[in-house]
Amino acid sequence: MNHLIVTPTALFFAVALVTVAFFISLKEKIGLEKDLVIGVIRAVIQLTIVGYVLTYIISVNRAWLTLLMVAIIVFNAAWNARGRARGIPHAFVISLLAIAVATGVTIGLLVLAKAIAFVPSQIVPVSGMIASNAMVAIGLAYRSLNSQFHDQRQGLLERLALGATRYQTAITVVREAIRTGMSPTIDSAKTVGIVSLPGMMSGLIFAGVDPTKAIMYQIMVTFMLMAATSIGSTISCYLAYPQFFNGNMQLRTPHS
Amino acid sequence: MADAIFDIQNVGLTVSRRTLLANISFKVAPGEFVTISGPSGSGKSTLLLLLATLLTPTEGQIIFSGQPQQEYETTAYRRMVSYCYQQPSLFGETVEDNLAFPFQIRQKPVNHDRMVKALADVNLPADMLTKNITELSGGEKQRVALIRNLIFTPKVLLLDEITTGLDAATKDTVHQVMANFTKQGVTIITVTHDESELAAADRLITIVDGRMEVTA
Repeated sequence: MNHLIVTPTALFFAVALVTVAFFISLKEKIGLEKDLVIGVIRAVIQLTIVGYVLTYIISVNRAWLTLLMVAIIVFNAAWNARGRARGIPHAFVISLLAIAVATGVTIGLLVLAKAIAFVPSQIVPVSGMIASNAMVAIGLAYRSLNSQFHDQRQGLLERLALGATRYQTAITVVREAIRTGMSPTIDSAKTVGIVSLPGMMSGLIFAGVDPTKAIMYQIMVTFMLMAATSIGSTISCYLAYPQFFNGNMQLRTPHS
Repeated sequence: MADAIFDIQNVGLTVSRRTLLANISFKVAPGEFVTISGPSGSGKSTLLLLLATLLTPTEGQIIFSGQPQQEYETTAYRRMVSYCYQQPSLFGETVEDNLAFPFQIRQKPVNHDRMVKALADVNLPADMLTKNITELSGGEKQRVALIRNLIFTPKVLLLDEITTGLDAATKDTVHQVMANFTKQGVTIITVTHDESELAAADRLITIVDGRMEVTA
């Protein structure tokens, strides 16, 4: 099964691919050279560290250590989602709760259904996939909330003036934000196998697993990500929208 | 005026060290028609927003029907004291979406006949209900927004320059609607620059630089 021959030397030569992107950015004056270099350095350092950490966690195989690793992943995902919140109060706590519940519920159901086993080699990578997708969905939902509360301010003020509650005022905005958060996952589910061969499936096939078995895993992952992004987007939107109102049921002054 | 519907007591609003309104005091009797005028930026609309609880005074207090504003449940208060914006924004897709909204927020079944009657009151046909809001003229939009506020009769109607930019016929219709609601005992406080409305005012309050100048 182990036909993987990516040696450190081969990886070093793969840097040539990055230089292509670097020179395109330089020549076209895109201004992404610094970000590219930082991205490459961070990817190498972070993935190297996580490689050693995963090796250790898998070899030790302790439940608390697995859960700690999942908690670190969820914490980092929430921290990154918070960055997209652009001034929404309590965005970190909201993101943490949304991603923790999305990851916990999805992993819990998969373990209960015996689709995956509670072993670090399965729990940690699957948690990473769920948390990162929930993070992206929540980030998009935050962006949608911010832009709608800004663009539709007058209509929202009028709903308030007519005597609507905060929920009645914001419900159309919340629905649209949840839709925005979930749409990339649904779109990618529609095109999976036609346009994209997703990472997990490709990885299993690379590692020599029978493609039909790899596909079964990918189907599971697709369903799991749908559940995770819907849970994450819904929780984050429902907790975030009241932050756009003050204690007197007035719209807060926009940040931008 | 012991039984005033509004008793505005030394109300002021300061935002980021800028005083928008200061020492505003007056009373309004139930069913009274009060006109507020003053130069642009003098604080007239701000005063209406304070009365509507869409802004909160930083000084003084506003007593509504014998109780301070903040003692009311906010949504119940806003359904009694209805504020109509100068340039209203219709929401949803159709006129019906807008007129159904007041029913929905009160969790009451949408009453089609009532919507049609409300449209007729402002000289709009029944088939207007299904019309897309993007197809409406400025005058039609303003009238739909007005009846959105009036489909459940409020105790007080706050009108912020709602006749600005309307043609003479539409203005007359709006004036007729206002007169009808005054007859029903609805208190109306309106902000206006319109000369004919100022000339017809029963009671005029003038605000200049955030302060009351004259009460006539």
